[in-house]
Amino acid sequence: MAPRGLRTWGGADWMRAGRLPGVFNPTVGQLRGVCTCVAVRVGLMETAPKPGSDVPPKKDRLQAKRKKPRRYWEEETAPTAAGASPGPPRKQKKNREARPQKPKNAPIQKKSRFPKKPQVPKKSQEWRSPGPQRSLSGAQDPFAGPAPVPVEVVRKFRRIDKSKKLPRSKSKAQSRLDAAEAEEEEISVKAARSELLLAEEPGFLEGEDGEDTARIRQADIAEAVDIASAAKHFDLNLRQFGPYRLNYSRTGRHLALGGRRGHVAALDWVTKKLMCEINVMEAVRDIRFLHSEALLAVAQNRWLHIYDNQGIELHCVRRCDRITRLEFLPFHFLLATASETGFLTYLDVSVGKIVAALNARAGRLDVMTQNPYNAIVHLGHSNGTVSLWSPAVKEPLAKILCHRGGVRAVAVDPTGTHMATSGLDHQLKIFDLRGTFQPLSARTLPQGAGHLAFSQRGLLAAGLGDVVNVWAGPGGAGAPCLERPYLTHRLTGHVHGLQFCPFEDVLGVGHSGGVTSMLAPGAAEPNFDGLESNPYRSRKQRQEWEVKALLEKVPAELICLDPRALAEVDVVSLEQEKKERIERLGYDPEAKAPFQPKPKQKGRSSTASLVKRKKKVMDEEHRDKVRQSLKQQQQQKQEKAKPTGARPSALDRFVR
Amino acid sequence: MSASQAAKSLLALSQQEELEDLPKDYSLSTSEDEGDSDGERKHQKLLEAISSLDGKNRQKLTERSEASLKVSEFNVSSEGSGEKLVLSDLLEPIKTSSSVAAVKKQLNRVKSKKTVELPLHREEIERIHREVAFNKTSQVLSKWDPIVLKNRQAEQLVFPLSKPQSAFAPIEHMLSGWKARTPLEQEIFNLLHKNKQPVTDPLLTPVEKASLKAMSLEEAKMRRAELQRARALQSYYEARARREKKIKSKKYHKVLKKGKAKQALKEFEKLRKVNPAAALEELEKLEKARMMERMSLKHQNSGKWAKSKAIMAKYDLEARQAMQEQLARNKELTQKIQRASESEEEEGGAKEEGEPLVPDVVNEVQVKVNGPNPWMFRNHSSDAREAEVQEGPEEGAEPAGHEASESEEEGPGAEEDMLLKEFEERRSLRQKSGLNGPVGSPETKDSSSQEVLSELRALAQRLNKENRRSGRQEVSAARKGTVLQVQREEPAEEEEEPLLLQRPERAQTLDELEELGREGCLQNEELPRAAVEGQQLETNPNNHLGATPKEKKRKEQMIDLQNLLTTKSPSVKSLAVPTTVEELEDEEERDQRQMIKEAFAGDDVIRDFLKEKREAVEASKPKDVDLTLPGWGEWGGVGLKPSAKKRRRFLIKTPEGPPRKDKNLPNVIISEQRNIHAAAHQVRVLPYPFTHHQQFERTIQTPIGSTWNTQRAFQKLTMPKVVTKPGHIIKPIKAEDVGYRSSSRSDLSVVQRNPKRLSIRHKKQLKQNSVH
Repeated sequence: MAPRGLRTWGGADWMRAGRLPGVFNPTVGQLRGVCTCVAVRVGLMETAPKPGSDVPPKKDRLQAKRKKPRRYWEEETAPTAAGASPGPPRKQKKNREARPQKPKNAPIQKKSRFPKKPQVPKKSQEWRSPGPQRSLSGAQDPFAGPAPVPVEVVRKFRRIDKSKKLPRSKSKAQSRLDAAEAEEEEISVKAARSELLLAEEPGFLEGEDGEDTARIRQADIAEAVDIASAAKHFDLNLRQFGPYRLNYSRTGRHLALGGRRGHVAALDWVTKKLMCEINVMEAVRDIRFLHSEALLAVAQNRWLHIYDNQGIELHCVRRCDRITRLEFLPFHFLLATASETGFLTYLDVSVGKIVAALNARAGRLDVMTQNPYNAIVHLGHSNGTVSLWSPAVKEPLAKILCHRGGVRAVAVDPTGTHMATSGLDHQLKIFDLRGTFQPLSARTLPQGAGHLAFSQRGLLAAGLGDVVNVWAGPGGAGAPCLERPYLTHRLTGHVHGLQFCPFEDVLGVGHSGGVTSMLAPGAAEPNFDGLESNPYRSRKQRQEWEVKALLEKVPAELICLDPRALAEVDVVSLEQEKKERIERLGYDPEAKAPFQPKPKQKGRSSTASLVKRKKKVMDEEHRDKVRQSLKQQQQQKQEKAKPTGARPSALDRFVR
Repeated sequence: MSASQAAKSLLALSQQEELEDLPKDYSLSTSEDEGDSDGERKHQKLLEAISSLDGKNRQKLTERSEASLKVSEFNVSSEGSGEKLVLSDLLEPIKTSSSVAAVKKQLNRVKSKKTVELPLHREEIERIHREVAFNKTSQVLSKWDPIVLKNRQAEQLVFPLSKPQSAFAPIEHMLSGWKARTPLEQEIFNLLHKNKQPVTDPLLTPVEKASLKAMSLEEAKMRRAELQRARALQSYYEARARREKKIKSKKYHKVLKKGKAKQALKEFEKLRKVNPAAALEELEKLEKARMMERMSLKHQNSGKWAKSKAIMAKYDLEARQAMQEQLARNKELTQKIQRASESEEEEGGAKEEGEPLVPDVVNEVQVKVNGPNPWMFRNHSSDAREAEVQEGPEEGAEPAGHEASESEEEGPGAEEDMLLKEFEERRSLRQKSGLNGPVGSPETKDSSSQEVLSELRALAQRLNKENRRSGRQEVSAARKGTVLQVQREEPAEEEEEPLLLQRPERAQTLDELEELGREGCLQNEELPRAAVEGQQLETNPNNHLGATPKEKKRKEQMIDLQNLLTTKSPSVKSLAVPTTVEELEDEEERDQRQMIKEAFAGDDVIRDFLKEKREAVEASKPKDVDLTLPGWGEWGGVGLKPSAKKRRRFLIKTPEGPPRKDKNLPNVIISEQRNIHAAAHQVRVLPYPFTHHQQFERTIQTPIGSTWNTQRAFQKLTMPKVVTKPGHIIKPIKAEDVGYRSSSRSDLSVVQRNPKRLSIRHKKQLKQNSVH
């Protein structure tokens, strides 16, 4: 590999240059053909927070959906830029929140980024009547009407599946349905329009023609990228305290380390500022940030301990003992713990109560992950199965037989579509989680993967002994293609913990020799939502966010396999209530009224003819019924006829 | 009984008589003559009493008759005349006199005047009033219906209602108070004024206005006159056409048609000279007309007129002539207009082939390449192609044979050559005998031909077998051959073989295709692609996504759990192999042991899982209710079971629930347990206008939170339904508010306030109502 002319373009680069991203793109295209390109999301330190927002998936919300939810706050930033914001108080709050706290030059940058009143033309477009309007001078607007929106982008935001046929509805209901559909369409168009504000693009690694990207070493990548991103590749040599587990906070700014031999540390890994470092004098099994970087849960040899970011022990939860793995569900404020005793315990950290303690009945639990889409906890067992758990149900929602040996690691991608498992049979499999739970692809690895992790954009990392492999999907989307790795890296010790850093193209690996931070271009979501997980938030903002998040806390019992099910009618109780109503009333109020012939003139309404007419209708109905039943019978016959393979012999009747 | 009654009455009578006797006796002395009559009556009564004794209790009514009615000195009886007495009769004098006329007139007037009708009941009047008032009110109120509907469906209502302001003040008003101040503005304004550019946005530009003014009165008048004339002319023509259309004379029409035809011919001739392309088009039209004629039965002898003429033709020369004329016309119309060059070619071809009768159909099709009916054309062309194909071997049997021999050179030659020669000979023989006509119907009735055919069949079968073998060899030789090549080979083979043998031949090709498909699969497998799970995914590539039920069924048979887990997945060759693995590679023995362990590890795992699944399925099944009581109605005790019949009778079978979600997924157990806690948050009552839960679900699909929407969309979604201004009175809606005139409302109020005092119009209406 010979990186001749490497170019980095993080958000900062073109901003400093004061140009638009569109201006840059041609250069990119030229470069791609010639040389290896590395693009890593970097330079967050120099830049102001970018309000082009993309949320880390907030899936387990009430009406979560498959597509990535986004938040749009372009409406808020504009008034501040314009200098006048006579809006509701809530808006102002948001503005304050979004404003960068520190840098002096930030407002200037912001101005350069957003022209004054960026959405004023948009607004006028929205309000304008579709016909061509004449201006003051009498000239016609060549681009009359609202700007066109690409259909594919709109489709991404659609929520109603119109392909599903509905039962015929009365005109009143139909008008409601039409209104709902029109509204949905309008909203999705609006959402598609604001897609424009997601200015950042994901990074990537591209080899020269025929060159395998997996051969590119970390050192080369670090050399190729700018200094700020190169600084994100580092090694912490901590040989003394054994293999490390690690965890990034939800904003991607903080890193917690837990060494087997009791070493616990939390640091702002971007600035390398240490927050706390203690030795708990006990084996540390796992470590995890709670909803913010201020709280830290550590699974120690006996009990679960909670520390704050100063390293002060706040709680010792003795009801959770011998914990092996920790998992935090951010929208439910639940800390899920898997213990050696075989219990899966949900601890509500907002009130400090244990919500549910479920006995998995499968021995020691040491493989656990959460599905970020629906907050279901996946447990891997020694009998090759993976079980799916919700705190509301005492038994597993589903059990999937994945491997012939025990399951060593499980990971679920942020969209909740794919699950990667690795087992003792040295296989790495990817399962489809959308209802069928069938394997999509499988590979045998030389030594099975002990740890797996998915990145925000769907890269899959696996720790095989002292090697880390990263696989990417075709075109950076869909299930990762296991054929050839996207990246490989050899470490100084055996891998013990893996996690991709949110909003940074960085993969953190904890191993027996310390902690390594790898560069993995294209791993993270380039745009973050400043209201949801803002890496640059101040303490005040964090507190503000904490309050809001607590207000929006989702009850634990709402966790179910299909989170959209909550937006459905409870059919079972609906039927039950209907039945009860019929019993109470003594008749079915919604039943079809019996046919009553209309009175007719000229003596055709005689009793005999009335009866005749009635009978005619009745007969017709009866005939329909008979026809249907006949059809059913035929179908059943066909079904029956199918399985009988061999014809019964005539002599079969003598067989006893 | 009756006798005793009669006796009683008799007794009573006699007593009465005795009582009466005294005064009578007394009076008898006073008036002799009266006593006489009295006695007579008594006698009568006695007689009656006696007569009633015999059982018939008949009582005769005594009749009274008054002579005074008929004849009286005080009365005038009108009986007998039978006429009514009219007042005028009395008044009329015997002689008419003029003085009576006035009286008569008066009388007439009195007569003509109708009597005043009886007034209706009060209730009835009230009812009618109510009806009218209701109609009126509902009519008035129905005006509000659209407004009510609109308000009900409105996304948002703002109260108090305010008049919609005129949206924009016209720019002229805005500009009137504005003056150009800075020199730049002044300059611009000067420029604009100089060029007569509209500063404001008037309806017409100055130029347009000027042009409008330029049109003088005379001009306008002239234009109007022109238009008038044109209209008049049009109406004349229309009238004339209508008149001509009405003419019923056949002769007239015939003459007209002939004239038209002549005219058309002339024009065509002219056109041919001037513009050949247009003439060709015209010809096309003629062609089309001919086709129409052919399709119709117009000039054939099937019409009513023609049939009658046919009967007459025997005797009537004229009729015969008419018929012939018609036939001639038919021929003329249906005869094709041939183009010289093509017909020549065809003739040449026909001569070469020595076949006098080329079917019309074939010809026709070849001519009209771009005929009007593409469907017809395609059919015919395919026919033609068939014909060609059949003609092909006849002409070029030898070359085809050569081809065949060439293609089969790989196979052992001698025998085959012999066969081929034989085949060739047969063919030539057949050609000579001329059995294989141009139309090429394979079923011929000649015995000799049949013989030939049977021989041919046998031969071809043998050939076919050989072919198949050689084909196989070819395929195996050229494993990498594409489908296209083979498909190209097929027609060649087809050409050699007679039409009869198509079935076996097709089978052969199918075989080949299958083989090819297999090959393709192999190739596909060789192709690098994501590690696919065993054969299952290969055979059924789209089963991981939403498969249709049918597919699922198929899948059910295909998925085998054992297969699913034990299939060897392709191994990855990582660039950096873990160090431990490198170490392991040295110790092969350990590796092997591990392999063996792995191979056998899975079995019990799968068995356990299947067992667990079975248990789960059993547990989730609804259980039957057994109501049998042992010993009830039969002997009971230790070792005695209730009879099967009884058990069957008292077993209540629960209906089978819906199929399990994991029915077709062998490696999955999905719990069927309901999440009750989550269900508590679900909607469990269908709101009003919806009849099915899916309809309602669709309306609540879109999330309304700000997390999932843009700010504007969020605001729109959470917009309050009614907005009120604090401190303002919300008055009821008025007609002015919605753009109605206020009259309707006042009307209504009048009606409501005093329904009894109706206006004249209402009264009229009331009358009408009462009449109807």
